[in-house]
Amino acid sequence: MKLPIYLDYNATTPVDPKVVESMMPFFTESFGNAASRNHSFGWQVEKVVEEARTLIGRAIGAGGKEIVFTSGATESDNLAILGVANFYQKKGNHIITSPIEHKAVIDPCHALEQKGYEITFLDLDKNGCIDLNQLSDSIRDDTILVSLMAGNNEIGTLNPLKEIGEITHEKGVLFHTDATQGVGKIPIDVEEMKIDLLSMTAHKMYGPKGIGALYVRRKKPRVRLSPIIFGGGHERGMRSGTLNVTGIVGFAKALELSMEEMASEAERLIGLRQRLFDRLSTELDYLFLNGHPTERLPNNLNVSFGYVEGESLMMGVNELAVSSGSACTSASLEPSYVLRALGVGDDLAHSSIRFGMGRFTTVDEVDYAAEKMIVAVKRLREMSPLYEMVQEGVDLSTVKWTSH
Amino acid sequence: MAYSEKVIDHYKDPKNVGSLDKKDANVGTGLVGAPECGDVMKLQIQVNPETNEIVDAKFKTFGCGSAIASSSLATEWVKGKSIDQAMSIQNTQIVEELSLPPVKIHCSVLAEDAIKAAIVDYKSRRED
Repeated sequence: MKLPIYLDYNATTPVDPKVVESMMPFFTESFGNAASRNHSFGWQVEKVVEEARTLIGRAIGAGGKEIVFTSGATESDNLAILGVANFYQKKGNHIITSPIEHKAVIDPCHALEQKGYEITFLDLDKNGCIDLNQLSDSIRDDTILVSLMAGNNEIGTLNPLKEIGEITHEKGVLFHTDATQGVGKIPIDVEEMKIDLLSMTAHKMYGPKGIGALYVRRKKPRVRLSPIIFGGGHERGMRSGTLNVTGIVGFAKALELSMEEMASEAERLIGLRQRLFDRLSTELDYLFLNGHPTERLPNNLNVSFGYVEGESLMMGVNELAVSSGSACTSASLEPSYVLRALGVGDDLAHSSIRFGMGRFTTVDEVDYAAEKMIVAVKRLREMSPLYEMVQEGVDLSTVKWTSH
Repeated sequence: MAYSEKVIDHYKDPKNVGSLDKKDANVGTGLVGAPECGDVMKLQIQVNPETNEIVDAKFKTFGCGSAIASSSLATEWVKGKSIDQAMSIQNTQIVEELSLPPVKIHCSVLAEDAIKAAIVDYKSRRED
């Protein structure tokens, strides 16, 4: 077993060797600029790019012409939100989203608020699920966009995309989904789900970093966008800039590989996730699952270990690469805004660990991880004044803490 | 986040983890911090009432590696000191000893608070 064991597949993934292989010729031999219309160097790669477009589109039930290449999902989210907001401003300035979206959605929304747009952040239940009735009721005549992610990167909770699409389509409002964590892991079909805009990125599905796409619907309705990057009008005017051909080739290959094995891989990952959770919950009390128990990304497990702080826990398991919602692990000293939005108390947010399993995760690695976690948690609980107080029967919510 | 070797050492092999009897007249208990902040330290001192010297100290901490190291170090430093000497331990000394980065300085502040809280508790209980 190679240490440390990587269990942070929701953060990023290694590039699959087959993907690396597919990209190589485009670094040195077929290095042309896809926009070079006058010679074979350009024509050659243009053809390859179009094939990639078609493949990527097909994976989500879309046409190749509906794929706009970007530098990644963050850019795609920005383009979708700022692009729609700008183009449709005469129709209205109201946008609906959720408080647990990725910052690449939330921050552009906040930026729009500064410009006078109104953003509604839907309420969530303790699993991070929205209320479809509230969504429907929140849509007004001046609503121009609903942005709700496919699967949450921290807690794994899935949104009911089909049901959301029914509502937005019926009310004539555009539906954008940040499907960064979903594409290649769970079935997504923009036709079936009536999705109008979709963000995705290669590096979450064993492709290279620095390349993603935004799906922009062309029919029923035809979605228009104001570009956020100017300079030559590439990608039908929606995103200027020389295409990252090597990235695009890798992206398409990565997605192709993911789609091949998606169903069986999802099953395998769910099995690993459940195995890890079962082992932890057998040995440890005060263990809490964050996110929906079943409607969640197949590879994501996010748990809080009561009375033990996340960063100190990660220090104790440095043979594992995982992430935590603890404030100590963020430069801002703020605990995870996602866990906060669920109403998980700050103390449990500080005690959370996110495990992301992936293509190269084995049963042995999961068992090893469980063992290491259990030992570390028990050790830290022996050092924990909070655990001691709880064992003595103290109700921590009644304690007067001194804050500093 | 790169930890200094001393922080790692205190984390792997913390000094004086445990509890003293808080009902003992010669024990002072300081409990500082808050779960919502991600930092709670309990620091206890056992004082020789004749010499006013701290003869034993124990700690328990809920917090990151730097918080654990700061409180572990605090218990090491107060042992063998008089109450007055312990009262004058400064967080900056902890920062220097553990090479804490700016973002972790508050851990050392909390450790200093914990020492003072334990001493205050001891003194107030002796007056009862």
